[in-house]
Amino acid sequence: MKPPRFEYHRPSTRDEVTSLLAEHGDEAKILAGGQSLVPMLNFRLAHPGHLIDINHLEGESTEPEMNDRWVTFDPLVRHVGAERSAIVEEELPLLFEALRYVAHPAIRTRGTIVGSVAHSDPAAEIPAVLTALGGEMVARSARGQRTLHSDDCFVGPLVNGLEQDEWMEVVRFPRRGPGDGFAFEEFSRRSGDYALCGVAAVARPTPGGMSVSLAYLGVGVTPQSVEVSARPMAEYQHPSFLGELEHLVAAELKPYSDIHATGAYKLFLAVRLGTKAARRAVAMGVPG
Amino acid sequence: MTEKRKISLTVNGESREVDVEPRWLLSDVLRHELGLTGTHVGCEHGVCGCCTVLIDGAPARSCLALAVTIDGSEITTVEGIAEEDGRLHPLQESFQKHHGLQCGFCTPGFLMTAMPFWADAEDMTDDELRKEISGQLCRCTGYSGILASIRGAAAIARERQGER
Ligand SMILES: Cc1cc2nc3c(=O)[nH]c(=O)nc-3n(C[C@H](O)[C@H](O)[C@H](O)COP(=O)(O)OP(=O)(O)OC[C@H]3O[C@@H](n4cnc5c(N)ncnc54)[C@H](O)[C@@H]3O)c2cc1C
Ligand code: FES
Ligand code: FES
Repeated sequence: MKPPRFEYHRPSTRDEVTSLLAEHGDEAKILAGGQSLVPMLNFRLAHPGHLIDINHLEGESTEPEMNDRWVTFDPLVRHVGAERSAIVEEELPLLFEALRYVAHPAIRTRGTIVGSVAHSDPAAEIPAVLTALGGEMVARSARGQRTLHSDDCFVGPLVNGLEQDEWMEVVRFPRRGPGDGFAFEEFSRRSGDYALCGVAAVARPTPGGMSVSLAYLGVGVTPQSVEVSARPMAEYQHPSFLGELEHLVAAELKPYSDIHATGAYKLFLAVRLGTKAARRAVAMGVPG
Repeated sequence: MTEKRKISLTVNGESREVDVEPRWLLSDVLRHELGLTGTHVGCEHGVCGCCTVLIDGAPARSCLALAVTIDGSEITTVEGIAEEDGRLHPLQESFQKHHGLQCGFCTPGFLMTAMPFWADAEDMTDDELRKEISGQLCRCTGYSGILASIRGAAAIARERQGER
């Protein structure tokens, strides 16, 4: 099908975006890469009265940037810009690995990192990576700026933590710490499809061992966190670790059944993928 | 409210000005306004890949780009890849030679998707090649002929160099 009618706006500065949202927030949508929004327009699942096209903002960077703590993504950094960034490869190995699973090359040439966070799809990779790493986003409105921790970025399926008059100016991921290890795993029916289940793992050194934060995609209404408490490295590799993770996962996750898989099958995947990812992340890390 | 807007595009090397409604898709503008029907439309939600064109040199879905938003860009469609004397592009000739198509509906999308990497495809593994074309669906060939076609294009380009 074709998109419905809307009023089109082409701001050239961030301030203009902010004031357009102050005026039309309740019926406006931001257009970034369009790789999720345009399908929704074509299907008539979205009927925005106003479309605010940010692709013509002037002086925006198209590559991630780094300061002493964070790797930051401005709103027009596309997936392809992140994939090819040496900063991402070195400082955000988890995002680097996960990007390979996001859609297909021809989608990643247009899709943006910030748009993927704003879209807040519980089956998407980037929100899970942001959750596992404890990243942040900066929301901007005429009322000012505020920072949201990853736990507050994702509220429900396709519902983010923004108010109607706010937009997302920046998404930032913490740079890797000394000794940290990372791994990303997912299972999908076809390469590039949304996964039935996936998991991002971050291993952090603790005195005498490592702890692991897992963030799952595809098994809840938002990315789902599971924390594995500190233990010696060897315990992760021991066969009994799978059973332990099974308990943790069963307590935290309540995957819904859908047309592609039953909840029980997704739970099965979550245990196997989680075990694999945790072991790989720990093996890459250096214990404290 | 949905007044038309004038946009300028460079399409296959030619500057074109078009009046578009903001809701028009690039795929429709190419086909209906510019008469370039080589770009095919299958699903209109990004999944089949038939509508893939080059936007500023990179493969992208024309069904997921509003024409207004790519105002000022350079577009290459399947009509723009043959050589100036009308001879097929080496990749096109290779699709013919290696049976890379049957009905041909998906072919423009495969050709445009392979544009950035066909010259290196001889050295790519099957897995690497399959990953690159994973966003393109073909209902006829079973993909083997397509892999062979993409891989065979560099040899055809070399042969042509020799002729010159
Ligand atoms: C065939 C296909 C397969 C895909 N497979 C995957 C996959 O496997 N994994 C995956 O993660 N994604 C997948 N995607 C989605 C893709 O990654 C999208 O690019 C991404 O979800 C959205 O980024 P975008 O820049 O295109 O955003 P848009 O489509 O422009 O916008 C998406 C939403 O976010 C809002 N938004 C965008 N930017 C901002 C901002 N700065 N501030 C506030 N709101 C904003 C928009 O208003 C809209 O509601 C797929 C898409 C397609 C078409
Ligand atoms: S028509 Fe564009 S991807 Fe199918
Ligand atoms: S040749 Fe018929 S769909 Fe590919």
